[in-house]
Amino acid sequence: MQAVASSNPAENRVVLAHIYTATVAVCLGAVFGVLQGFSRAGAIDAPPWFDYYRMLTAHGVLMALVFTTFFITGFSLFAVYRTIARPDRKLATAWIGWWMMLIGTATAAITILSGNATVLYTFYAPLKAAPSFYLGATLLVLGTWVVAYEIFENAFYFKRTNPGISLPLPVFMASATFLMWIIATLGVVAEMALLIPWSFGWTPGINVMLTRMFFWYFGHPLVYFWIMGAYIIWYTVVPTRYGGNVFSDGLARLTFLMLLILSTPVGIHHEFMEPGIASSWKLLHMVMTYGVAIPSFLTAFAIFASFELAAMKQGRHGFIATVTSLPWNDPFFSGAAYGMLLFILGGFGGMINASYSMDTLVHNTIWIVGHFHATVGGPVALTFIGATYWLIPRLTGRELWGRSIALWQTRLWFIGMLIMSLSMHYAGLLGAPRRTSSVAYAGATVAQSWEPAMLLAAAGGAILFISICFFAAVAIGTLFKNEKTHDTTADFAVAAPGSEPAPPVFENLIRWAVVALVLAVLAYTGPFIELFHSHAYLAPGMRTW
Amino acid sequence: MHINRYERWWMAFGVSMLVLFMATIFVAAFADNINPPTGSQTIDPTKVYATPPFDHPGLHRLGDGRYEAYYVASVFQFAPAKLTLPVGAHVTFYVTSSDVVHGFEIAKTDVNAMAVPGWVNIASHTFRTPGTYLLVCNEYCGIGHQNMYGTIEVK
Repeated sequence: MQAVASSNPAENRVVLAHIYTATVAVCLGAVFGVLQGFSRAGAIDAPPWFDYYRMLTAHGVLMALVFTTFFITGFSLFAVYRTIARPDRKLATAWIGWWMMLIGTATAAITILSGNATVLYTFYAPLKAAPSFYLGATLLVLGTWVVAYEIFENAFYFKRTNPGISLPLPVFMASATFLMWIIATLGVVAEMALLIPWSFGWTPGINVMLTRMFFWYFGHPLVYFWIMGAYIIWYTVVPTRYGGNVFSDGLARLTFLMLLILSTPVGIHHEFMEPGIASSWKLLHMVMTYGVAIPSFLTAFAIFASFELAAMKQGRHGFIATVTSLPWNDPFFSGAAYGMLLFILGGFGGMINASYSMDTLVHNTIWIVGHFHATVGGPVALTFIGATYWLIPRLTGRELWGRSIALWQTRLWFIGMLIMSLSMHYAGLLGAPRRTSSVAYAGATVAQSWEPAMLLAAAGGAILFISICFFAAVAIGTLFKNEKTHDTTADFAVAAPGSEPAPPVFENLIRWAVVALVLAVLAYTGPFIELFHSHAYLAPGMRTW
Repeated sequence: MHINRYERWWMAFGVSMLVLFMATIFVAAFADNINPPTGSQTIDPTKVYATPPFDHPGLHRLGDGRYEAYYVASVFQFAPAKLTLPVGAHVTFYVTSSDVVHGFEIAKTDVNAMAVPGWVNIASHTFRTPGTYLLVCNEYCGIGHQNMYGTIEVK
């Protein structure tokens, strides 16, 4: 186990602010999710004053942008504070970051709920939302930069005060994650620089393909931001639940370096079906996307090896003995482990979407929705929710209320997500489009073939909703029961004693961030130059909802 | 850095799979010309209906079973809404948008292209099976998105 810093109430408060915001976002997001699933399946009618697409926008933004981001900023701060003891630590930066993120989120959320930004979480131009939506989203992103600064500043403090010692693994991973995030979010900030003046009416039109390229320059690394957040927990916290170790410190760091480098130059795989981007760039981005699968292969091996070695330490050998030796009755482990299982589905599906020509069969069908619910909605959400059960006692000094409810929450989520995601994958293969309030199409024969799968998906969504109600019950119960716990320390797993340290070349994260930036520039310079050289017309934009 | 023997095998397996998948895609792209739609022509999105050939959306016959179909996507309809084709017709679709981004997907075929304002996108398909095909907009385009579809009759 890592030498740990003790629990500090002031630090706990700022981490809790982030984690509680994430908790509220995921619960609200789930309400919109289940309403939308029922509405699409035809089980309920969305009222005209709160249409399906407004629900979809709220669900997407709350889940994909708000819940994940607040959890990752909160957890990363926690990992930094609990592995780097620092008596003089100032928390103003972390608080400023949180306030910026919160005000940004609230501004965007009010705009969405009032119906002035029904543009979905991809906000594709020339759909034109009210300026406050873009301003709010920008403030949310800038707030994360402030949190990133807090993380880097603490990492530098550690390097200063511990010369020659490599960063604690969770800090190394959090730093790599936020370096990647800064590089990626440059894309969305650039896009906002075009969208904001345009939405105010200061510019007459917008270069649609340019905004799309900026969006996906950010949009895919966003996915890896979620995954890296989950991986930090899988590598450094989950092993403490079963008495395991980090399988290899060096390979764990290598995984994060590869994710830092390869997450950004891949975004065009979201634009395979688009005009204005030459086939060669699409193929290049496919190759890079396949490359970013490698750190996930490394992670899969590292996790299962860590399971097996821990079982062997207890004298248990073989597959079944390993599986049964794991703490399945621990809500945190259960959440993370079911998340890992869902990621097998999500990962393989992702290889199909990333395949240049095969994507034609699934692009913008509900297969894609099934895919990202088996990634961000499965491994990421379940790991974050599971980790919340572990974090709350350590941050509040309160015993977790309703352990068995928490345990069933993770199981129900897994079952619900499996049903929903597989139904969506299936309907997508039959051609059912995504992002539509109804798939009736005036009774067309092919559309009728989608209906059973849509009903099954809604049933999966209902199970997920019950699951999130359990989560809310545990959170609220813990708050009101207020039973004190004395164990507020947080252990982080390390490599087995006596194992080889990571090569020093891994340690210089700034150098690797420069490599990442260079690769991003190389992957995007060509497509951007071609866009600028094409005789692109500006689209005036409109509000179509 | 020491790398466990099993891990080396695992990584060799994983990377070989990736190489195999990529090789398949590259062979399909270069030998069989199987590529996703990639139009490169631009058009003024505010003047689509005044710009030939989109001022007359619809089917143009080229002879020996080959056709060109010009489609305009706009909120919340396709022009033409209906197309009739003989069995075996090889159709090249030219698609653009006059307002926001739309999708152009013919369900259960390999026609799937983004209709982006300012650009003409291209996809083609040979309709070998008779029947009624459903054309749907598969990119969210506004409050009437779910009503945006067309039909293609092949007989």
